[in-house]
Amino acid sequence: MAITLSGDQALPAPPLSSRLTPAQVWGIVLLAPYLLVFLAFVVYPVCYGLWLARAPANYVALYNDPIFARAAVNTLIFLVIGINIKMLIALFLSGFFAQQRTWIKWLSVIFILPWAVPSIPTILSVRFMLNPEWGVINHLIFSFTGDDGPNWLNDPTVALSMAIGVHIWKSLPFWTLILITGRLAISHDLFEAAEVDGASWWQKFRFITWPSMQTLYITCTLLSMIWTLGDFNSVYLLTGGGPADLTHVLATLGIRYLRLDQLSLAMASIVCAMPFVLPLVYFMMKRLSR
Amino acid sequence: MKIPTLREVATEARLLLIGIPVFLWTMIPIYHMFLFAISPKEDAFSGKLWPDHPTLHNFEIVFKQQHYFLRDFYVQFWNSLVIAAAVGVLTLFIATAAAFSISRLKVPGGRVVMNLALFTYFIPAAFLAVPMYRTMGNYGLLNNHWALILAMVTIASPYAIWVLKQASDKLPVELDEAAVMDGATTLQIFRLVYVPLMMPSLVAIGTYAVLLAWNEYLYAFLLLSNDREITLPVALGNFLAADDSPWELLMTTGFIYALPPAAIYYAFRRYMVGGLTAGAVKS
Repeated sequence: MAITLSGDQALPAPPLSSRLTPAQVWGIVLLAPYLLVFLAFVVYPVCYGLWLARAPANYVALYNDPIFARAAVNTLIFLVIGINIKMLIALFLSGFFAQQRTWIKWLSVIFILPWAVPSIPTILSVRFMLNPEWGVINHLIFSFTGDDGPNWLNDPTVALSMAIGVHIWKSLPFWTLILITGRLAISHDLFEAAEVDGASWWQKFRFITWPSMQTLYITCTLLSMIWTLGDFNSVYLLTGGGPADLTHVLATLGIRYLRLDQLSLAMASIVCAMPFVLPLVYFMMKRLSR
Repeated sequence: MKIPTLREVATEARLLLIGIPVFLWTMIPIYHMFLFAISPKEDAFSGKLWPDHPTLHNFEIVFKQQHYFLRDFYVQFWNSLVIAAAVGVLTLFIATAAAFSISRLKVPGGRVVMNLALFTYFIPAAFLAVPMYRTMGNYGLLNNHWALILAMVTIASPYAIWVLKQASDKLPVELDEAAVMDGATTLQIFRLVYVPLMMPSLVAIGTYAVLLAWNEYLYAFLLLSNDREITLPVALGNFLAADDSPWELLMTTGFIYALPPAAIYYAFRRYMVGGLTAGAVKS
């Protein structure tokens, strides 16, 4: 950790009381509001929660709860499959949106809408589209084939896939936007030189785009994974964890235990996620606090 | 006019082949919501792609609060508004002060605080929600707007501090030194030099915090439950409590609820894109 010392701080230190300049006193005063918020609403809740989750019996109960195991698997599917699909699409679309066309500029303005509007009404809108009796999708299936469409949200696999779809719908624009900035930062000369050498688009991607975007792409993927762990809305508002509590992820499971007044179980389920979350967080912090 | 070559046409066609699905994918859920808002109930439930008789009647019902689920619409709208505004103001105040202190005044321990804040930023919000709920109960704040305001400030500040610190690190030190030479006090530097120079980032962060609070569902529905205390998203979620939910009214209310953040987003897009994405992920 490199700490840059300004001139006056580098001098030999007198005792603490006289070492604080008026500016530093102000510094502490101005930092105090955040510290108070941090102590009252982060440190205290986290410690209190850990204390509640201390009894080993909680973990035995979790281990014996099939819903917990299912939620853990669902979360893994959500993260490993869902996020990677999302980021690959974002990478692909960032190339599309980097094209210089007026209509693509306009499309990019529209494309950001899912990110700009709140998730509640749009997710509920999707939920009704998937309604087996009245939803527009099954109406269309019926009018084209004469058959009744499937009961979308009644099959755990389909329901979870739909929740992943909703998550992708919502956050794809954000990540695409970030990857576009990464792409636009690549020097155009490289592509022109490659063009002259007759490189194919794959070669251009493989040898120019990917090497310069690799770090950004991986950072984005990890960050998206951390945040998606906290994605409560996509699952809760679309499936509510159902059918039969088979589509829960850790984020909704914690709240489910909370609603059932099993706070210590809720905390224990979160503690169980920590061995996976903390390394990711550590890695991201190293990246961002440079 | 230049006649396009075959190759140009092929490229354009391929771009369209990507562009059209992207457009449909983006718009369908939003169009569906809009469709419900302008459809009478029969049309909405019959899966039509355009209603036979488009109407604004649903909006009338919402604005006149003529339904059981909507009887507190204005109160809930107002709650959302007040909470979002309060979160915006408080976050700006706390984060600007902290960023100034860490970045410009080089307060001892500032770096540690920055790292702690970043750590909070990476804790998934749904995980913090569980202990936060209990904590607010211990503080006696449940069902009080302050609970949601303080929770959202807690969630918004780390990122706000980080972005503002990044931005203020870029301001030249000479500015502060020159102000000190002229006999300015620390507070004067803060007010007269720092805040004006940071304006674009402050706009971005203020917008970020307001939108975050306006859009929040999970914390709102955990911390507030009284019908006259809840915010609009919680009210929308409550529509689902009934089996025969009036979906056309739900979508209409949702549409009204989604308009302000969309408008704010597009109005401040210039700041948002510059201020937030640049800071969001630096490689």
